[in-house]
Amino acid sequence: MAKLIMTADDSASVRQMVSFTLKQSGYDVVEAVDGKDALTKLGTQKVDMLITDLNMPNLDGIGLIKGVRAGSLNKFIPIVMLTTESQDSRKAEGKSAGATGWIVKPFKPEQLIAVVKKVLG
Amino acid sequence: MSSPQEQHIATYREEAGELLAELETSLLELEDNPQDNDLINRVFRAMHTIKGSGAMFGFDDIARFTHEVETVFDQVRNGKMQVTRTLLDLTLQARDQITSMLEASAGGPPSDEANGQRIIAGLQQLLPQAAPRSAVTETAVAASADNSTNRTYRIRFKPLPEVMLGGTNPINLLNELRDLGSCEVIAHLDAIPTLDQLIPEHCFFYWDIILTTSRGIEAIKDVFIFVEDDCDLKIDLIDDSSAPTSDDNYKKLGDILVERGDLSPVEMQKILSMQKRFGEILVEQGLVPASKVQAALLEQQQVKQVRQERTATAPAAAEAALSIRVPAERLDHLVNLVGELVTVQAHLTQIAGNRHDNEISAVAEEVERLISELRDTTLNMRMLPIGSTFSKFKRLVRDLSAELGKEIDLETTGAETELDKTVIEKLNDPLVHLIRNSIDHGVEMPDIRRAAGKPAKGVVHLAAEHSGDSVLVTIRDDGAGLDKERIRAKAIERGLITATTELTDKEIFNLIFAPGFSTAQKVTSVSGRGVGMDVVKKAIEALRGTIDIASQQGKGSVITLRIPLTLAIIETLLVRIDKSYFVLPLTMVEECIELTRADVQAAHGRHLAHVRGELTPYINLRSEFEITANQPDIEQIVILSVNGKRIGFVVDDVVGEHQTVIKTLGKLYRDVRGISGATILGDGTVALILDPGLLVQSVAMTEQEQFG
Repeated sequence: MAKLIMTADDSASVRQMVSFTLKQSGYDVVEAVDGKDALTKLGTQKVDMLITDLNMPNLDGIGLIKGVRAGSLNKFIPIVMLTTESQDSRKAEGKSAGATGWIVKPFKPEQLIAVVKKVLG
Repeated sequence: MSSPQEQHIATYREEAGELLAELETSLLELEDNPQDNDLINRVFRAMHTIKGSGAMFGFDDIARFTHEVETVFDQVRNGKMQVTRTLLDLTLQARDQITSMLEASAGGPPSDEANGQRIIAGLQQLLPQAAPRSAVTETAVAASADNSTNRTYRIRFKPLPEVMLGGTNPINLLNELRDLGSCEVIAHLDAIPTLDQLIPEHCFFYWDIILTTSRGIEAIKDVFIFVEDDCDLKIDLIDDSSAPTSDDNYKKLGDILVERGDLSPVEMQKILSMQKRFGEILVEQGLVPASKVQAALLEQQQVKQVRQERTATAPAAAEAALSIRVPAERLDHLVNLVGELVTVQAHLTQIAGNRHDNEISAVAEEVERLISELRDTTLNMRMLPIGSTFSKFKRLVRDLSAELGKEIDLETTGAETELDKTVIEKLNDPLVHLIRNSIDHGVEMPDIRRAAGKPAKGVVHLAAEHSGDSVLVTIRDDGAGLDKERIRAKAIERGLITATTELTDKEIFNLIFAPGFSTAQKVTSVSGRGVGMDVVKKAIEALRGTIDIASQQGKGSVITLRIPLTLAIIETLLVRIDKSYFVLPLTMVEECIELTRADVQAAHGRHLAHVRGELTPYINLRSEFEITANQPDIEQIVILSVNGKRIGFVVDDVVGEHQTVIKTLGKLYRDVRGISGATILGDGTVALILDPGLLVQSVAMTEQEQFG
């Protein structure tokens, strides 16, 4: 069965790109337009992985990661954050919130897949 | 239909347009409420998205420009800067600049770069101090420098207990290491607490990993990139190719443990003074847990192995990249499997033919094409150049000619000609015989040669060349040639022929292949014991080859061996008698003609057929194999060339060409004359492979007995 991955991003173009890349590699994708939308969906739907932007309206990426780790259904899933910042502070903030890894934008589709494969095993 | 990438770009333009509109509104609102953090965040987010997505879809100029503006707003967001009128003016100008860049990329007028630089310069002046300018092109998974040399690393990976709460599965990391190269993993269990203290969500394992990889240390670090802050990670290079390769032995167990800090040097010395096995004692004494000893032993083993391999492969390193050594039996197995596949494919083709279904026929044809290619490739793998055998003969010729007081040179051509490995091996003895014969009987003594006006030094020429599905091996000498009269006299003396028998030159030459025939006047150590040519002929026939002699007295002789390329699969003609199928080697088949009852009656019981005015003897396989049922009115004669003679074989029906996978017969049937093996047809029927040469011989023998 194909693994289900959620992409949470307020940018439709990034969602589209992430979603297209993942589907091409045989994953199923569910989209969320911001942190709040993502957290609501993750409350009822079991996914195998979450790819989230850090800067989002309503609830940002850090808040989303904390929310997922505090929940039960998707508590242990790998979470990869998309960040434009290569500074360690943002990464560290995300890591301490419970992110598994990160991808620095801009990234190429192959890089995305490499990271997904890395954390999904 | 545009490509996905173009669709993404279209979406990005649309999205950026919306964001720019939102940016404008937010900035204008911010002018009225400069302290509104929500608004500041919205501005930051809008620019952040324009930048991030822009870089992904190839709008690098927009990403670069927006980054500068965003950097300023990051300061504002963090409270390090105040929203001022100048800032808002510049940001609004920046927003217009982004819009024009976006339009330029969609085919609009080019944007004013100087204007962009002016805006950025203005924004940078607003910054409290020169903010660190960071590049935006870092990637998480860095490509590692690829080194071709193998290095061995010792890795101790001890994740924090909470590692799994961050979504990391340590197993995945270990698997990733395994993908890098040859890898041994030892799990340490000594940190696992008792059940009452165990937190199920925590990870108490840690691992020692010995990894031999050609990828650099960066590749290993990349594996742990997401967890480097959440684990205790120690990577040590313990062996690389610059280390002395002559020394296969790696450090002693104790040294490894001391180096790792698992054991103190003092403890090691103490233990060393005892006489038991070091590792066992350590465990017994409880100084080092068994798993750690095991890990160290594994390291020792792996490095030893790597070093041994390196020593073994060092001279052949350049060659190793180009070829792989495979045990011969594996290749044989492959050939067998391909043989089975050929049989199954024949079945498929047969079914497809019966179905009259174009789709199946198309598939069957494709399968046939692929399998024949596969067959050729597979058989090719067993091919070796015959040259290795040739070089052995140089020595043979040198030694023998010296012994006999002759001067002989061996010339070879076509050493690169390839033949099945087994065939080459079996060809060795017959070739030795033939070359010995040439040296002994063929090439004359130097003085005789000089008297005959030939150079004192004789030449034996050994050549191999491809000819269709066979290889022709010729042994040519410039010696005396065969003496027809002597052969004839000898044959009469031996009772092989009668004094009145009329024979062609070819038939006379063929007499030397008769058992017990030897014309050498004296028995030498080289040849002349009369066990020469008949043995050679048998050996060549066992390879399903033929042997042929041409000779001119005084000028020399040429012996030509025609050897099939492979022993496993041959092209044959499939024939039928009643319900039984037989196959005949296609290379021998000359033509097929009809045989009617009238023809048989006209021949008055002799087994002779008129073929274009020439009388051709035939063998009736029906009576030979005692098949009596369902004799058709019109039979077929397949005319084969057997030992240079045309001989017919009468069958009911000629089915057609057939690719025959040769199966040897069981022990019980091994000595049946005239049948060299069997094959399985497409529908599972067994067909016997006929050996025309032996069949003719056995028929001739029975006739002789009858008419004596």
